[in-house]
Amino acid sequence: MNAPQNFDRGGRERLVVIGNGMAGCRAVEELLARDPEGFEITIFGAEPRVNYNRIMLSPVLAGEKQFEDIVINSAEWYADNGITLVSGDPVERIDRETQTVIAASGRSEPYDRLIVATGSDPFIIPVPGKDLPGVVTFRDLDDVEKMLAAADAGGPDGKAGRAVVIGGGLLGLEAAHGLSLRGMKVTVVHLMPTLMERQLDEAAGWLLKEELERRGQTILTGADTESILEADGHVAGIRLKDGREIPAELVVMAVGIRPSTTLAKLAGIEVERGIVVDDHMVTSDPAIMAVGECVQHRGTCYGLVAPLWDMCRSLADFLVNQPTGYAGSVTSTKLKVSGIDLFSAGDFSGSDGSEDIVMRDAARGVYKRVVVRDSRVIGAVLYGDTGDGSWYFDLLKKGEDISDIREALIFGQAFAMGGALADPNAAVAALSDDAEICGCNGVSKGQVVACIAGGAHSLDAVRSGCKASASCGSCTGLVESLLALTLGGDVKSGPKTMCKCTSFTHDDVRRLILEKELRAIPQVMQELHWTTPDGCASCRPALNYYLLCAWPGEYEDDQKSRFVNERLHANIQKDGTYSVVPRMWGGLTNPKELRAIADAAEKYGARTVKVTGGQRIDLFGIHKEDLPAIWADLNAAGMVSGHAYGKALRTVKTCVGSEWCRFGTQDSTGLGVKIEQATWGSWMPHKFKIAVSGCPRNCAEATIKDFGVICVDSGYELHVGGNGGIHLRGTDLLTKVETEEQAMEMCAAFIQFYREDAHYLERTASWIERVGIESVRLRLADPEEVRKLAARFRISQKYSQHDPWAERARGKRADLHAHIAQVRPLQMEPAQ
Amino acid sequence: MIGKWLDIGPVTQIEPGTARTLPVDGGEEIAVFRTMTGDCYALVNKCPHKQGPLSQGIVHGAVVTCPLHNWNISLKTGEALGDDKGCVPTIPLKVDAGRMFLLREAVMGHASGAKAA
Repeated sequence: MNAPQNFDRGGRERLVVIGNGMAGCRAVEELLARDPEGFEITIFGAEPRVNYNRIMLSPVLAGEKQFEDIVINSAEWYADNGITLVSGDPVERIDRETQTVIAASGRSEPYDRLIVATGSDPFIIPVPGKDLPGVVTFRDLDDVEKMLAAADAGGPDGKAGRAVVIGGGLLGLEAAHGLSLRGMKVTVVHLMPTLMERQLDEAAGWLLKEELERRGQTILTGADTESILEADGHVAGIRLKDGREIPAELVVMAVGIRPSTTLAKLAGIEVERGIVVDDHMVTSDPAIMAVGECVQHRGTCYGLVAPLWDMCRSLADFLVNQPTGYAGSVTSTKLKVSGIDLFSAGDFSGSDGSEDIVMRDAARGVYKRVVVRDSRVIGAVLYGDTGDGSWYFDLLKKGEDISDIREALIFGQAFAMGGALADPNAAVAALSDDAEICGCNGVSKGQVVACIAGGAHSLDAVRSGCKASASCGSCTGLVESLLALTLGGDVKSGPKTMCKCTSFTHDDVRRLILEKELRAIPQVMQELHWTTPDGCASCRPALNYYLLCAWPGEYEDDQKSRFVNERLHANIQKDGTYSVVPRMWGGLTNPKELRAIADAAEKYGARTVKVTGGQRIDLFGIHKEDLPAIWADLNAAGMVSGHAYGKALRTVKTCVGSEWCRFGTQDSTGLGVKIEQATWGSWMPHKFKIAVSGCPRNCAEATIKDFGVICVDSGYELHVGGNGGIHLRGTDLLTKVETEEQAMEMCAAFIQFYREDAHYLERTASWIERVGIESVRLRLADPEEVRKLAARFRISQKYSQHDPWAERARGKRADLHAHIAQVRPLQMEPAQ
Repeated sequence: MIGKWLDIGPVTQIEPGTARTLPVDGGEEIAVFRTMTGDCYALVNKCPHKQGPLSQGIVHGAVVTCPLHNWNISLKTGEALGDDKGCVPTIPLKVDAGRMFLLREAVMGHASGAKAA
């Protein structure tokens, strides 16, 4: 494959290329296409083989292609073009003084022009055990061969071998797919919560995770590798920082790449993250150029193939004195895993003034998101149906104005460009009467139109009338178009949707969480066609509560979807400090507790100490970073969190009752303590207050509480739906019972009914006004219902009655309280 | 000599979808955010409305909702979104090899001493 040694240069420039990879060879190809005679070319390659298509290594690993299939330039190509290929002999030094490169073998080659195309190196995370046999990267054919050997060897017990792939990015997932197809049991360990987070948003990442898990891979997200385990001098698995261990005979590190710049640095060429080049790919040394993953152009390093082609064109243009200049690339990505269609391009992280157009079709497993700014496409994520990826990418690159096709943009090219069909209503009008509108319930266009003509003049009326859009909701847009077409301007607006992210109401969302057994926020957002990638500050806390209420003990609370008060278990005040309220059961306290409260107030500089309306003591002015310490002190004195900050059971207010009061009829304080001990810790749609008064004088003000008990001679009057807030509301009498046990049971049943039925942020007062006190009385008049509701409440309480302060005082989630770092003037100004 | 970028530690210290705080002696506290998609931003930790600590808000997309009065602030520009008007200073942030760096002069620019000078 070597060119004739006595090749006559004939005054040609000597061009040396370091790197026989995709960039180096492509640069040469581009140059030959422009000027086949102008250069005498030598290419150095570190790998002992001809140039091959590195991005096709995944199909080779997966067994879908052979190495021969991915060779780009055969030995003949080098010979035919008079190129000297020096393979398997990596260059070790560039001598810029003498314009010579020196290879490992000692071979030196003078140059007039030098192209550095050293590509990138896989990033190795510096954990113990990284150098063990059996730990491989995924970069070249040698790596693929090592992986194939491990797959063939099988596990220690003769069964299929086990592999851990560290890194859930493009490369890691392709490696995992290949190994999985080769019969290995594969676990993917990814640091971030979303797979391929650089290319995908949370929703698409979630779909991908589901699909890979369905295929038998284990996907661990948010998993940080601590070390690689060893047995008999070979890799035996990995250990995560949370202590989990995953046994494996093969560990693939695919966490990322970094530009390979050692050679350039040694030569004294300007290097930042990559080798710095100008728009003509020229480095700080005018005789030296660089292309590919090793370069940094206008601050960006690329790890994908498309920019590389653009760079090589600019470089070749410059070398033949027809400079065009490279202005950077917009990139797009596809995942090369058979059967999974995934496309991502441009900026989809949601920037200012950008709008998201989102389409979700849960039944087909399709998710599309196009990001638009100033009527131009700036990004797209497609999952499940990527047919229009290239069209969106084209719109993006050309920066075309899409105002005219915006309405139908998300439906794809065929639809959006269909002339008259650009109006979605027109498109729906063009459908035949028997065209299916709602796939879930098999409702045709004709049936929907008939339903509307029959008097259903709102989306909700159509939903209850003919069931179209009543299940998964993916056809909601179509039904709305039909309403608009059939009624003109007469469409009645439906009930209020939960927030701007969804067309569903709170009731729909709660119902569908149960019906469809949705168990995570991203899952709800996907299945119910959320129009934003990760919701908003209004729906996130609501969804978190609905899931918590629906699946007690099972759903994992999502801290980042909680309002700051609940996240920090203290009340934020206007100056950014917090207030803390320890629980005092039924309003009772003792000298020891009071002393501890006083000590804590002094120690942590509480500026105000206040008795609350709910008979508890509030300490104001505590700093975020001091919270765990003050909780530890209060815990030590036997006190737990009062949940005075939560959409939760707050306090049970009491009077002294029969023990001391000359009018008291029952032990109201004792009952208050019992009720508080049964109900504390419970999360609710809104804050929830209880009071127990010992007689109708009602000293505990039980008739303006969410649940109030008035003790009378013959038993207990139970009152509900009171509110001392902005809209003062007295309670309605729910019922009267004879024993404490009955009062407690009814209290539990009422709370659970409210927890399961109310909208998030709806106090019992407005809930009861919405559903009617009669319906509440009716439901709770059935002893069987009361028993079931109370039982569900008790189950839920099993999982919620733990003191959040104690957990934090022990150090759990310390990151929520501690600063990330501290900046002091000395650090910043060492010169002074 | 210290470079013009201040190293504030590994990105992994911030759970995606949350923020952490960085007090500056003699200056404004800074809030460092990480979005659900993993992008990082830094803002002065004060809502332009009533100085609420933005670091404690709910993060969605590249937006944070202030915990005091629910103003939505863009993490990219610091501007209030929707009908609200106001802007909080942003601090240039870059991520390199998994670590976050803040532009020193921007961190100092919001030091009270610098303002007085």
